[in-house]
Amino acid sequence: MSAAHSPRTASQRIAWITTIVSATLVFIFLMAPILAIVPLSFSSSTYLTYPLPGFSLRWYIDFLSSARWMSSLKNSVIIGVSSACLSMVLGTIASLGLAQWKSKWKPLVLALVLSPMVVPVVITAVGVYFFFAPLGLTGNYLGLILVHTALATPFVVITVSATLQGFDMTLARAAASLGAPPLLTFRKVILPLILPGLASGALFAFATSFDEVVTVLFLAGPEQRTLPREMFSGIRENISPTITAVAVVLTVISVCLLSTLEFLRRRNERLKGNVE
Amino acid sequence: MTAAFVAGADVPLKRRLKRSERARQLRALGLVMPLLAFLLFTFVIPLAGMIWKSVDDWEVPQVLPHTVAALEHWNGQGLPDEAAYAALAADMRAARDAGTLPVAAKRLNYVVNGFRTTLLSTARKLKEQPAPGTAKETLIGLTPAWGERESWTAIKSASGPVTSYYLLAAVDLTRNADGAIVSAPEDQAIYRDVFIRTFTIGIGVTVLCLVLGFPVAYLLANLPTGRSNLLMIFVLLPFWTSLLVRTCAWIVILQSEGIVNGSLQWLGVIDEPLRLIYNRFGVYMAMTHVLLPFMILPLYSVMRSISPAYMRAAASLGAPPTTAFWRIYLPQTIPGIGAGCLLVFILAIGYYITPALVGGAADQMISAFIAFYTTETVNWGLASALGAVLLLSTLVLATVYGKLALGRQTTGGLKN
Repeated sequence: MSAAHSPRTASQRIAWITTIVSATLVFIFLMAPILAIVPLSFSSSTYLTYPLPGFSLRWYIDFLSSARWMSSLKNSVIIGVSSACLSMVLGTIASLGLAQWKSKWKPLVLALVLSPMVVPVVITAVGVYFFFAPLGLTGNYLGLILVHTALATPFVVITVSATLQGFDMTLARAAASLGAPPLLTFRKVILPLILPGLASGALFAFATSFDEVVTVLFLAGPEQRTLPREMFSGIRENISPTITAVAVVLTVISVCLLSTLEFLRRRNERLKGNVE
Repeated sequence: MTAAFVAGADVPLKRRLKRSERARQLRALGLVMPLLAFLLFTFVIPLAGMIWKSVDDWEVPQVLPHTVAALEHWNGQGLPDEAAYAALAADMRAARDAGTLPVAAKRLNYVVNGFRTTLLSTARKLKEQPAPGTAKETLIGLTPAWGERESWTAIKSASGPVTSYYLLAAVDLTRNADGAIVSAPEDQAIYRDVFIRTFTIGIGVTVLCLVLGFPVAYLLANLPTGRSNLLMIFVLLPFWTSLLVRTCAWIVILQSEGIVNGSLQWLGVIDEPLRLIYNRFGVYMAMTHVLLPFMILPLYSVMRSISPAYMRAAASLGAPPTTAFWRIYLPQTIPGIGAGCLLVFILAIGYYITPALVGGAADQMISAFIAFYTTETVNWGLASALGAVLLLSTLVLATVYGKLALGRQTTGGLKN
């Protein structure tokens, strides 16, 4: 339908060209930070200025050989993977329930489940800090994993629910009518079909936790400093070229996550096409 | 399965269906329960606890229990009776021994500036010289402030169990000695400005996002799918890039020896580097960049569903393109504009990290103050009250957004 954009008159053509030009400028604005920071990370100079005096990998080596950065990377992965797993389990089970549950309370419950996404993170962080501190859940991994799970679960619920919406429930009924117990139906019929959706949900959850810094600022002890937390203090104090190298590494990770998601989305659409 | 059918054969089918449906619903609810229980523990109770902290007035009743009890029947006129003085003296001695007096002193200092000194120095002198005479004479003798009504109304106003002090303070109000609500003193009345600043930045960022996002969404919605998917990468890649990476990059670009200033100086446009970061300009720049995808995505999804036939119909009926755009196209994008603007505004007013890193002291938004009172000055009551006001604003806007988005069933810029 939209492919049929064909400007006919001169004024329409001008409007279309104006759109293209202004959109291009916005695309440049959107890509500017990434484009600016990538070359700097390969600079041989300690100053973050152009033109680059020379090419070097020293800042990447600096990142890889720094105990502080490596431990923060490890922390980010530990917390990210744990909260992704936990939010996957909770979010998927809840989505399965929400898909079947009919009640006048459903919008309210849905709003509650999605609210961690809307409430400003600072408020969540402060509330959780007050609540967790007396329980001994600050300054350790568990507290951070729990909060990140709460923040990530809405994304899992949205993604998995969207997948379930496209899922043909008659397949589950067919399995049941052939005598499969519910768990077997889930494992053999539902799970393989919704797996791409689940994987996207897990990636969303991981990305949410991997990029989160506000709750880490409040809850983490010195032992739990994550990559974003380390970057936050680095930016606050003085941006060293090592930070630009870390930034590029993080961007590469984002690109990988994004392409995996895109791949999963395409595959899901193909699968849906086959089912229909 | 079959056994159940046989056993229930005498029950009418309708009721059996109903029963099985009810069981199904219960099972469905049972599946949602673990998540609800989890969120109760990690989200709902913490938020409720924060709101409670914004009215909780525990310090004085806990540290000076007898004084609070003795003041219960004091009508606030004149000075309280000897019993209250004696109770205060006893409470102060006990609290000083227990080391809890600074807690109450801090709380009372919010009501009357300088009360901390009054309380702590009286307690210290009280310990040094257990003087003869009535408690009233002793206390007034040690610190004349105890002969003033304001000192006692301060204690009474902080006697709990709940207080409106923090919530009033969050909107620059306070109670005077008679309990009437009045404007807070000039030097403490800063939060209205902070809220206005927060909303101003929020509106500014929303407008910028709309202006920048509209042509992009329009272009993406009107290109052939293949090309628009390709260009979508330019929107999604920054969207997926870490917030800190983007903030860091903006500092690198905008700082005084950064790329923009460097190029401008090289071109000879300016002699002195412009101040582009650590001020409001930097905040707008970085926040607009971070939030722009949240505007583009809902706009795009709405524009994609607008059939080009309408515009063609308008043109064939003789409407000039501008008229057709304003009267036919734009009204159809209103749901997308509404959803995008609300989403960007909701997210913008809660921002903390970006203004903290690229803003100056005068660009800090309400979140920064919440964080400051939580971790730096440990004024948890005020932090909670400011949080409660921000939470309320967010929830009201989010409800409006929910109604809008539910009506259209768009995914409204969520990450999918």
